[in-house]
Amino acid sequence: MAKPKIATTSLAGCFGCHMSLLDIDDRILKLIELVDFDKSPIDDIKEFTGRCTVGLIEGGCANEENVKVLQDFRRHCDILISVGDCAINGGIPALRNTIPIKECLEEAYLNGPTVHNPSGKIPGDPEIPLMLDRVYPCHEVVKIDYHLPGCPPPADTIWEALVALLSDKPIELPYELVKYD
Amino acid sequence: MSENLGAAVKEICRAHGHDRTRLMDIVRAVQEQFGCVSGEAMELIAKAVSVHRVEVDSVVSFYAFLSDRPKGKVVIRVCDDIINRMHGADRVAQAFADELGIEVGQTTPDGTITLEYTPCIGMCDQAPAALVNDVVVTDLHRTTARQIVQELRRHLDPRRLVRKLGDGNNAHELVQAMVVNNIRKPGPVIFSPVNRGEAIKKALAMSPVEVIRAVKTSRLRGRGGAGFPTGMKWEFTRGAPGTKRCVICNADEGEPGTFKDRVILTERPDRVFAGMTIAGYAIGADEGILYLRGEYAYLRAFLEDVLQKRRDENLLGNKICGKEDFNFDIRIQMGAGAYICGEETALISSCEGLRGDPKNRPPFPAQKGYLEHPTVVNNVETLGCVTKILEDGPATFNEYGSEGSSGTKLLSISGDCRSPGVFEVPFGITLNEVLRLAGAGDAYAVQVGGPSGQMVSRDEFGRSICYDDLATGGSLMVFGLDRNVLEIADAFLDFFIEESCGYCTPCRVGNVLLKERLGKILAGKGEPSDLKYLQELGETVKLMSRCGLGQTSANPILTTLKNFRSVYDALVKEATDGLQPSFDIHAAMSESEKITGRKSVHFLA
Amino acid sequence: MSATIDFIIDDKEIQGRPGQTILEAAQQNGIYIPRLCYREGLVPHGSCRICTVLVNGRPQSACTQPIAPGMIVENDTEKMNGLRRNIIDMLFVEGNHFCMFCEKSGNCELQALAYRLGITAPKYPYMFPKRDVDATHPDIFIDRNRCILCGRCVRASRDVDGKHIFEFVGRGPHKRVEVNAEANLADTDISMTDEAVEACPVGALLKKRVGYAVPIGQRLYDHKPIGSDIESGVAPASSR
Repeated sequence: MAKPKIATTSLAGCFGCHMSLLDIDDRILKLIELVDFDKSPIDDIKEFTGRCTVGLIEGGCANEENVKVLQDFRRHCDILISVGDCAINGGIPALRNTIPIKECLEEAYLNGPTVHNPSGKIPGDPEIPLMLDRVYPCHEVVKIDYHLPGCPPPADTIWEALVALLSDKPIELPYELVKYD
Repeated sequence: MSENLGAAVKEICRAHGHDRTRLMDIVRAVQEQFGCVSGEAMELIAKAVSVHRVEVDSVVSFYAFLSDRPKGKVVIRVCDDIINRMHGADRVAQAFADELGIEVGQTTPDGTITLEYTPCIGMCDQAPAALVNDVVVTDLHRTTARQIVQELRRHLDPRRLVRKLGDGNNAHELVQAMVVNNIRKPGPVIFSPVNRGEAIKKALAMSPVEVIRAVKTSRLRGRGGAGFPTGMKWEFTRGAPGTKRCVICNADEGEPGTFKDRVILTERPDRVFAGMTIAGYAIGADEGILYLRGEYAYLRAFLEDVLQKRRDENLLGNKICGKEDFNFDIRIQMGAGAYICGEETALISSCEGLRGDPKNRPPFPAQKGYLEHPTVVNNVETLGCVTKILEDGPATFNEYGSEGSSGTKLLSISGDCRSPGVFEVPFGITLNEVLRLAGAGDAYAVQVGGPSGQMVSRDEFGRSICYDDLATGGSLMVFGLDRNVLEIADAFLDFFIEESCGYCTPCRVGNVLLKERLGKILAGKGEPSDLKYLQELGETVKLMSRCGLGQTSANPILTTLKNFRSVYDALVKEATDGLQPSFDIHAAMSESEKITGRKSVHFLA
Repeated sequence: MSATIDFIIDDKEIQGRPGQTILEAAQQNGIYIPRLCYREGLVPHGSCRICTVLVNGRPQSACTQPIAPGMIVENDTEKMNGLRRNIIDMLFVEGNHFCMFCEKSGNCELQALAYRLGITAPKYPYMFPKRDVDATHPDIFIDRNRCILCGRCVRASRDVDGKHIFEFVGRGPHKRVEVNAEANLADTDISMTDEAVEACPVGALLKKRVGYAVPIGQRLYDHKPIGSDIESGVAPASSR
């Protein structure tokens, strides 16, 4: 029987949650016995090759590309997990949520102290994804099945959750594994 | 200006005895003279009455009619409750705005006129209505709105806007209002003629305990909505330890759709003041306060005059009617635009010169109320009933009404009906009968008891108005077939969000969340799970809130979910693609598209 | 009057003293009732509503409700804890709580309650309100993004410090804590040693230059849930 598949992605995040996933250390060997990795920065598979059991989402939605990727994950994964504070509440990128997007872009491209932009314009290159009006937590964009908080969540938290899901058990995390920092 | 302010504040504080508990009157007076209570004024007031500046700020920022920033010499406040909106309040407000050349919420560039919305001002039977400073203008339409602005531009005197006077005491020289009473059905208790002094004399011939017994025998219960037995409340207050006691009449009639207290105070003020005096005698109080909502300021001079006449006739003051040791007087405490002050402990806070935050209970007002004195707080109508009970005896009062609900009830009926107004009906009357009286036989839904009450559907019109079935403070808003009950619920939530004192979490935050989710459903993006979400959130607000406002603020949702479920069901549908229907990618990108001058490559419009 | 009052919390028979609130009597008996606006030594406020319990079936705030003989109190039940989770969720979405860089993280009572009640994400949408930071004072700052309007600073400054530096202004969703000055904390007479600064349960009122002093793993709520000290009877008197 084919192994269940896992996909992961980092949207508006810092890859810290992926680092935490790698922090499960030698258990990663056990993990790849249990599962195959599909689309993920870990194996550099860029597009889904088929249906996945679990999708791990790091980061919130700050731009159109984040939304596209997240929706794609929702379509391909049976279970979606928001991993980390950015996916759950927008995290550090969401600090801009109380500032109008125009001000943010002007600061980034025109007025910031280190900006060198002779064109004096905010770029409109299609290669640069359009920013959203604010950073959205993932569960405001698609349905999310589980949340693993933390910045990043401890490796043990991710490990425990994955093992439980892959063995069809409820995720029951001990007190010390649910933290917001 | 600054020197003027200094001198004026000094004088105002002196006139109020530098008493911090009179802070409401002090800030109101400053506001009246200077158009606002500026930071500088706060500093001066704080010094004069020995409080901290931030305490003055705390009070000023709480009440809608007070402001720390200058407003126009004239402030037009268009009532935007649901009934007024149904009668075109938005069009009227727009006409005001167009003629003034400003938006609602702004002041004209010359600083003379401010335009605002305000919640129910107690004129639903003559909507749309507005307050122009203290002056009430009713039955507005676009043309009259424009005329009002043109006139104000000439003389800035709101009093001159009143041309045709209303009926009864609305035409009294001290009222001079265009307000009409619309007493559609006078009854035998409240609207019967008053023989000034009769009830008090009969009460004074009895002992205080006998008076309380008479009120208990009458089985009179509070008319404000909660229905606590009046005699028992008096007994508790009388029995509570304390050297001084107080009677407060709650005339902060703020429940949208209610206006019967306004009519009682206009036509039968003596009945109310007599009731307060009798309560004072029964519980051993020497101080009475009529807490009059800011919206009814136009009645103040008239009511002060009635009080003065009663003093002149020895119905108030020392040794009332020659009774040794019975001294009792009444002062009027003005509110300043805060629905929460209708809650009795918030009302007491306000009387004490504080923000209108409700107090923690226990202690109850009967134990420790106004300035920690045992205090009775009764509704205007309740005290009106007391007078009648003393006049005719409790047995006669008992003849009206039903088993558990003796006497009559005043109903304020408005909305989609032919005869909006005030109806004095015996308790036990069915909703159907009431609707027929008001010319609303074809009603689709009735909001009984105002936004904090319940939305009742047609299959329940056979229910009766009484404490054991449809208990109500008297607001009945009638809605015809073409009305959307969810839009009405949405408007009620706006009201509660604005009027929450913000003290406790569930009411301050929960109502905002309820509105967000109802909005999602109204936008056609709701799912069946949202109904469960609303139910659970509504129950949390109801169970966990601290005072009556919060505990009832989810009712617009909870009662429509119960009685109009099919309206919700028709609007929600399951999203099967795993996406959140409420997330609108195009709305989220539109600003960026504008700034960068390009369209999305991933999401085509 | 009898010297003790017998009543029941969650099927357990409890004895309290006359004049005690439910919260105090429970605490003395090793029962923790979750709370946030309550702080020992301050007048109970009854505003956060976390400590709501059912008393003979009726909701009451345990921090303000006096005990009475024979009362039956429901505290640690699935229903009450569910309602408490909802309130905590409300507080999280109402403000801007960025735990990942907050100096108070690990010692924060709001966060600790969420941990204790097993919240992984709030069920309500975030509001992302625009709030101010006041860093004008050399030693102390206010971050209103984190303020939960519990009024502990208001009461501590007024009743313990005798200064009345803080007060609530505005109402409803516009309610906020203001300082006793024209604009800034720097213009008040607050000092580092004020009880008001200690009283803040979250990171809204903090001393400067002492953040992150305790390493992760050694902070108050890193290993044991808030209330554990009360439940183990270790430090009921000093526990907040």
